[in-house]
Amino acid sequence: MATLMQLQVDIQRKIFLSFEESGQVVALENVRFAADAGEFLCILGPSGCGKTTLLNIITGLDPHFEGAVSLEASIDTGTCGQDAHDSKKKHSRENELRIGFVFQNPRLLPWRTVEENLRLVLSTEQIQSGIIDELLASAELEAFRNTYPSQLSIGMQRRVSLIRAFSIQPDLLVMDEPFVSLDKRMEDKLHQVLLDYWQTRNPSVLFVTHQINEALKLASRLLVFSSRPGTIILDIPVELSYPDRNTPEVFRAFVTKFSEENPGIRQIH
Amino acid sequence: MVFRGSSFGVSLLSFVSLLAIWYLVALWVDSRIFPPPLTVLKVLLESIAQGELQFHIGQTLMRVVTSFVLAMTVGIGIGIVLGISKSLDRFFDSWLTLFLNIPALVTIILCYVWLGLFETAAILAVAINKIPNVIITIREGARALERDYFEMAHSFRLSRTVVLRQIILPQLSPYLMATTRSGLALIWKIVLVVELLGRSNGVGFQLHLFFQLFDIASIFAYTLAFVLVIQVLEYGLLQPIERRISRWRR
Repeated sequence: MATLMQLQVDIQRKIFLSFEESGQVVALENVRFAADAGEFLCILGPSGCGKTTLLNIITGLDPHFEGAVSLEASIDTGTCGQDAHDSKKKHSRENELRIGFVFQNPRLLPWRTVEENLRLVLSTEQIQSGIIDELLASAELEAFRNTYPSQLSIGMQRRVSLIRAFSIQPDLLVMDEPFVSLDKRMEDKLHQVLLDYWQTRNPSVLFVTHQINEALKLASRLLVFSSRPGTIILDIPVELSYPDRNTPEVFRAFVTKFSEENPGIRQIH
Repeated sequence: MVFRGSSFGVSLLSFVSLLAIWYLVALWVDSRIFPPPLTVLKVLLESIAQGELQFHIGQTLMRVVTSFVLAMTVGIGIGIVLGISKSLDRFFDSWLTLFLNIPALVTIILCYVWLGLFETAAILAVAINKIPNVIITIREGARALERDYFEMAHSFRLSRTVVLRQIILPQLSPYLMATTRSGLALIWKIVLVVELLGRSNGVGFQLHLFFQLFDIASIFAYTLAFVLVIQVLEYGLLQPIERRISRWRR
């Protein structure tokens, strides 16, 4: 099968300057993986293992690291800068994938209504295509299009943030624990919205979580990180069909079996 | 209280008693150096009938608006840059302190000396006086800008214009309103001095003239008219704008 490599990550080291621990903290070390188009990658790791840092590096928000990240639509590597100065080369934006980012906090502009927040990230053609109506309907938010985010519940704000990422029709969806601190019912619902979207549009997904259940529910492939300095200790496909994941007994049995076979993931939590 | 629940009643009473005190004081002192309300009103109406008052207030307002726009544009730009960049801020901080403490009169005199007694010099002098205040306020706001929204903008690849208009300016809006308010108050006072020193029209020029003629009634009339205009700006323009931009707050 000849799929195009979409995402290649090769981070040798990511260092933070720390004042408390007098000196440098190595946040990430030797993080190497590639993702094919349409994969649903869950990044599972304990708190503080550099998951958010990893996403910031991949999306280009944080250019200061040793290594290279390629987001090109075709394979084009060989730019392996050793320091932060050639970060421009490391992150060329031409021909780059469209990234939809769902942050841990919804990060909606509070001074713009729901609809205006969506319009903000869209081009005129995209707005005219009617995608806003479509997405608002899919997230059951039509009645709130003229509402300001502060008047919405946190669950609804998360939904807006989710469809904002969907709206740009991303090649890569990047999600940083987007569903923490939601009640179970809302969490299940949003999982379903996400999976539906993924199955119809088939973007690549990078989903960060520290919950093994959530990871196994969503991912087609799992990357497990060690605690600091974060590095990949397990890279494994999740081989359970999506319909089966919705059957509670089957899913529970799978989680138990998976944890037994992969003791590495037990340290998480 | 008779006026409980009627704020209009209280305002009216307050206004009427101010007029009464004015009238009584005018009765008590020589009315030439402290004219009573009716005399002032007469002068005011005469001046309006001649078209003089409107002309001079118009000239002054034009200078106020021009120098205000100039000071705000420059001040906001520099303020944002200094608020975001720590190193530039450190470098220019002493410059800012210097300019903040130059008396308005010095700037005005120097501008007239260097540029001549022209409109440009007048406008520039006023703007230079206001710019450091704008910078200080906007810098404070820019320091408090939320990093999260910039990251969001970056990952969704929003253009610089969109970031400025949709992300930076809304966050700065309370600071913008503050600096607009204090700006108007400061600027119109400086404009009068500028007119007094080197222009041949405007409220400042007129006041200077009345001073030489010892025409206190006209000074009162112009002052009242001008205060009224500024109040109209406040209630008719600034407050509606403020309500509009803070709609989203709960």
